[in-house]
Amino acid sequence: MRIYQFTEQPYPDAWNDHEGSLRVNLPNRKLDPKIAADLYHRYYDEWLLADELGLDIMLNEHHQTATCMSSTVIVGLSVLARQTKRARLLVLGYPIGHRPDPLRVAEELSTIDVISRGRLDMGFIKGVPYEFPASNQNPVGVMDRFWEAHDFILKAMTSHDAPFNWEGEFFHYRHVNIWPRPYQQPHPPIWTTTGNRANARVLGERGYVMATLGSGYNTRPLYDAYREGYMAHGRPAPGPDRFAYLGLVAVAHNEDEARRRGELVAGYLRSGSIVHLPFRNPPGFLSVEDHARMLKGQTPPRTLTRDGRVVDMRSGSVQDLIDAGILFCGTPDQVYKQLVEFCVYCGGMGNLLMMGHAGFMSHADTIDNLNLVAGEVMPRLKDWKQPVAQTAAA
Amino acid sequence: MTAVVDAPPCSLTVNGLRIETIVLGDGRPILFLHPGIGIEPEAPVLERLARGGRVIAPSHPGFGRSELAASMTAIDDLAYFYLDLVEALDLSDVVLVGVSLGGWIAASIAVKSTERLSRLVLANPVGIKVGDRETRDIVDIWSITDTEFATLAYCEPRSGERDYQAMPDADVLAAARNREATARFAWSPYMHDPKLKGRLHRIRIPTLLLWGAHDRILSEPYGRAYCAAIPGARFELIARAGHFPHVEQPDEFARRVLAFAGDASRT
Repeated sequence: MRIYQFTEQPYPDAWNDHEGSLRVNLPNRKLDPKIAADLYHRYYDEWLLADELGLDIMLNEHHQTATCMSSTVIVGLSVLARQTKRARLLVLGYPIGHRPDPLRVAEELSTIDVISRGRLDMGFIKGVPYEFPASNQNPVGVMDRFWEAHDFILKAMTSHDAPFNWEGEFFHYRHVNIWPRPYQQPHPPIWTTTGNRANARVLGERGYVMATLGSGYNTRPLYDAYREGYMAHGRPAPGPDRFAYLGLVAVAHNEDEARRRGELVAGYLRSGSIVHLPFRNPPGFLSVEDHARMLKGQTPPRTLTRDGRVVDMRSGSVQDLIDAGILFCGTPDQVYKQLVEFCVYCGGMGNLLMMGHAGFMSHADTIDNLNLVAGEVMPRLKDWKQPVAQTAAA
Repeated sequence: MTAVVDAPPCSLTVNGLRIETIVLGDGRPILFLHPGIGIEPEAPVLERLARGGRVIAPSHPGFGRSELAASMTAIDDLAYFYLDLVEALDLSDVVLVGVSLGGWIAASIAVKSTERLSRLVLANPVGIKVGDRETRDIVDIWSITDTEFATLAYCEPRSGERDYQAMPDADVLAAARNREATARFAWSPYMHDPKLKGRLHRIRIPTLLLWGAHDRILSEPYGRAYCAAIPGARFELIARAGHFPHVEQPDEFARRVLAFAGDASRT
């Protein structure tokens, strides 16, 4: 099991004064650059600690939002590629369907991979609904654009003998020949996210690392769809390293303290709905069938507990979130058991994307959380043998 | 070019693309191009227009129950599609009527060829850029709520209410397709083609700009600027109507269109 420390690099003061929308249209005068500077340095310090402790590192980006001050993941990767020594550097993700210029993406990521001496994990994502008003990229057809960008980036990273030509539906170049080429051969590992079975199967066919977020005890069907796709080409069942799960983690020496931290980390989920309503569902983001179901008021619950109880991620209690496999919270022993139970349910899950900091959680709390995870939870998980599910769950 | 016309409820197949089409009445062809919210067979305006000719009201490719070709990504693609449709049906002396997004398509058709057209009616059309680069001419319909949209788009906001719970599933799906298709063609540049205004001078057939006076998605100066860019175009207001005058004042809308179509002094 690998554990990636992740924070969205929030600007928590904004929670006190947002007039109903933390994203897209919250005026940036509410950000004090001096406070932001302190926060960035603090978050990088916490990642440097993660590197020292044997954890890996995950970064992301969002735009025009107080929930995440990382507006281009390349900045964070650039800092950490040079300053860290050993951690894998996972970007999850890079919204390549939004980017005007995938050549630039290929150049940036190859450079990061070289500077870090081959520590980059390259996660490509569609992006959340609120990204579209910010980038002005058309949500209709964004996945077609995504896949063309993906194809182009891989070709740019793996072509070494002569410039090539690209005249696609979305992107046009005549002399593609990136310098530097990536450190890892043929290219850094590809990761992505999904929330639906059809896409999970496609990712399985490609063999990419598939991450899910907020799927809790509703994750197994997605993993099984991936397994079907993976095994469709005659390969043996995919190992746990093909699966990643973003979980909130709050560990402390005693349960009361852990639950206090759990409440702080859960602030991330509670902020999810604080966004101007029309930005939550831009046209074309959902399929027309799913949008029609939404108009009819038929929205299937995404998050379930182990025993099938529906949990609202945005309003559930700490206990609800623990029961749903959204939050792993307690003493090191409790968290170890929660994670093992979850991995067994998944049929193997080898990459925990650990939201070990969120919202108002203090530096001291975060440091303690990281130390406990790295010192008391991770060693036991490394010794524990993951299952490798061969088929769908019964 | 050929077209296959099925029995009602009609569908037309043009260029291999099957689109649902409402056909009503007889006589001179009136091609009605709907706005982004689509068109329903029972829309009163169609029956009123059919008193003066043969109304042909297709759902644009990707809208309603019409098929979409993956290569169609711009209003120009729809304009060329309708030029093909008019040829395939061998229509001539056509009165071309478009509302809002349909007006944009109609203008985009007319700058390419008016060979088979005799009158053009643009009702509260989008499609051109009038103000400076920091002035949004057209309200961003994807950054407001449905309630706000109804308030801005209609003289009487209740005209815009939709009860999706009570609607048949197929109609809700059509509404979802209308929303997505509008974004496909109009997301960016937002609701306009930067080239169109400079081409409007090519429209040399009698043109009427009909304007729902209470439109707050577009401003009246926007409509007047549109009108001024088309040689000899006439501007007329429709009272007690907003962005969709054919919905709120179907009688008056049809009366104005048919009066303009029959006005021989304009030819």
